Amino acid sequence: MIASRRNLAGSLLLLLLVLGCFQNANALPAFARKYGLRCSACHESWPMLNYFGQKFKDNGYQLMHDRDAPIWQNPSYWPVTFRITPIWHRVSNNKVAEDVVPTTATGAPTVERRLESSGFDLSGLDFHTGGTLEKNISFYVLPSSDNTASFHFETVMGRLDNLFGSPWLNVKFGKFELDNLLSEKRILTLTGIGGVYRTYHFSPVGDGNFFGQIGDNQLGVEVMGHSANDRTRYSAALLSSVDGQVGLPYGSNAYSGFFTASQAFDTGKLGVQRIGFYAMVGEAPVTFQTLGGVPIPGSGIGNKGFHREGFVGQFYFGQHFDIQVVTQHGWDNAWFGQGYGGGAPLNAVPGTTLPVGAQAPTWNGALFEAHYVYSPQLIFIGRFEAERVSQQANGSASATPFPSNLGNTTAYVIGYRYNPFMTSRAGFAWHNEYAFMHQDLTSTFGNNVNSSELLIGFDFDF
Amino acid sequence: MRSKSFLQCSLLMSAAVVLALSLPARAQLSTVQLETWLNSPAATSHIGDITGNAKAAAPDYRRYCVGCHGEMGDGNGENTPWLDPKPRDFQLAVFKCRSTPTGTLPTDEDLFNTIARGLDRSNMPIWNTFTKDERADLVAWIKHFSPRWQNEKAGAPIQIPPEPEVTPERVKAGQEVFGRVQCWKCHGVEGMANGPSAATLTDDLGRPILPYNFTDGSRPKCGETDRDIYKIFMTGLDGTPMPSFADNIKPDEAWDLVFYLRTLQPHNPFNAKEKQIAKQLGLKPVSPQ
Repeated sequence: MIASRRNLAGSLLLLLLVLGCFQNANALPAFARKYGLRCSACHESWPMLNYFGQKFKDNGYQLMHDRDAPIWQNPSYWPVTFRITPIWHRVSNNKVAEDVVPTTATGAPTVERRLESSGFDLSGLDFHTGGTLEKNISFYVLPSSDNTASFHFETVMGRLDNLFGSPWLNVKFGKFELDNLLSEKRILTLTGIGGVYRTYHFSPVGDGNFFGQIGDNQLGVEVMGHSANDRTRYSAALLSSVDGQVGLPYGSNAYSGFFTASQAFDTGKLGVQRIGFYAMVGEAPVTFQTLGGVPIPGSGIGNKGFHREGFVGQFYFGQHFDIQVVTQHGWDNAWFGQGYGGGAPLNAVPGTTLPVGAQAPTWNGALFEAHYVYSPQLIFIGRFEAERVSQQANGSASATPFPSNLGNTTAYVIGYRYNPFMTSRAGFAWHNEYAFMHQDLTSTFGNNVNSSELLIGFDFDF
Repeated sequence: MRSKSFLQCSLLMSAAVVLALSLPARAQLSTVQLETWLNSPAATSHIGDITGNAKAAAPDYRRYCVGCHGEMGDGNGENTPWLDPKPRDFQLAVFKCRSTPTGTLPTDEDLFNTIARGLDRSNMPIWNTFTKDERADLVAWIKHFSPRWQNEKAGAPIQIPPEPEVTPERVKAGQEVFGRVQCWKCHGVEGMANGPSAATLTDDLGRPILPYNFTDGSRPKCGETDRDIYKIFMTGLDGTPMPSFADNIKPDEAWDLVFYLRTLQPHNPFNAKEKQIAKQLGLKPVSPQ
């Protein structure tokens, strides 16, 4: 106990010293530097946008005055920001299949045990570059790496805004984030568990459809429009059913659509409330041409359908507290439910039939995320998510019926972000978070799985 | 188990420390005088049936405004060195966009509208994302920076007669006014902000300032409607070289001038009729002679 207290006192002293050292830090995030606005003008807490930031984004990264065109910038201005997060984290999973005794032999008896690991680590590195090429013509390019510096293009897009002088007609083309009002790319939590919205990626156990993940950036074209003050918004996107992967690796002719609409309401002292809906409707292949029995990339045919839809609510209770809500109803074709969709190893070649009892997996989910904004420099975050499968892929007539609760997921996360300074030059947050997830019957031996992660780190961009 | 409770304890304790560290930042605005004023009836604004409360605006001011206008409202935020024109110094309580006579304080509604409209040719964004109540709160907050608001009342809005019909005679008369009161000296004979005095203009603080260019398509600072333009030269833009012409131009002449100025704006969507008249008349730029 005494040792614990010493450790605690030591860690707090270290924390104070570290925060003190960073009071005078200075940096240049791209948009804030261009317009001379503090991070807090556009972000509830960076990177999450507030209403003003959402309007700025919807206007094609423009404030809609005469300083938008890059000709107004000093020629040395270069709109680049990088972001990385050195962390310490502790990860725990209560049902990891292991050999009973460590061995080099195969086939030894196994058991499920808790596995915990902790240590210092890194996030990936993002290079954000975006802005206007000319008034009403903008771009965004985001090379992003994992924590081993293996890069891919997370976002690459060009935008034409205010076509025909109207904010109701804007077009983006390339790879981009879907028009999710609660943006996963701007999520305030960073752990492996809490760093994504489960609702945006949920898939029933054994389901082969990974094309319907609304949290992933997608390749396609989007038309969106909004009123001058952004109270009313709509968007419609046509996407390749590739989940954002380049090189057309799947269907030869498979597309999805993503549609949103929302309306905000002025509620006086409470702020601006917004409600809306989204729907993703698409199809993706389950059959691939083969060579030597191996599926040929890009040759997918035999498209099957899927859809996800739900409501979005952003509710503000004054300047300090808000709740964001997203619901989802999801449905996948029965072929996806049996694991088809990604090519190998399951390919619905001619003659393949669905097993008896196969049915379309269906589920419902919801996420609630609350923020208490003590000041622009300090935000507390809490999130609860629940996903419930209402119809399993293997029904009661199946030879191997699935339990009704298989794959049901519950997750929550709590944390806070403290920005020791708030300028228009840099973002720096001391981040502390705890996330927990429970999944029914998904371990190797069919037990419930509990995972958790504690994370402490410096999240900064420059 | 001990390890787990230690971690939970650390999480809570570090959160508490961070909370404590963030307090001084808020205290920068919390002087005794400010607290007294915030609790007084004067710390309000009134726009129609909306009452703004200064106390409620403090978080918004810190979040959105302080980077340019500064903690003390003196227009000396951290970004000020890089901005041109400089942000408004609320301590002076001198405002360009008013409906009130020159030298007087603006109405609450004037400030309310300026926040929502933004100011083109400056870094002031269009803050129409606020609710009306939030904007009214900010108006009340802005007023605490200068003692003028405690000692003076806002001026009475000027009377604007109804807008007459645009006619060729009125456009020609407007051009005569443009020449007579020498608008061209700053704005240029074609409204291109290149008059003989343009390069020498400074604001009240001695900083260089440019006259408005009617031809480049930018929005007038204080609003785009004919009434807004009328107000500009009948109230002046206080703090700038643009004077009030209320003593030199009759109300009817002011409307004539509005119609003529519309002919100088090739990109304005509201002036089709004025441009057509100018074309019919074969209107030539005024002569400096």
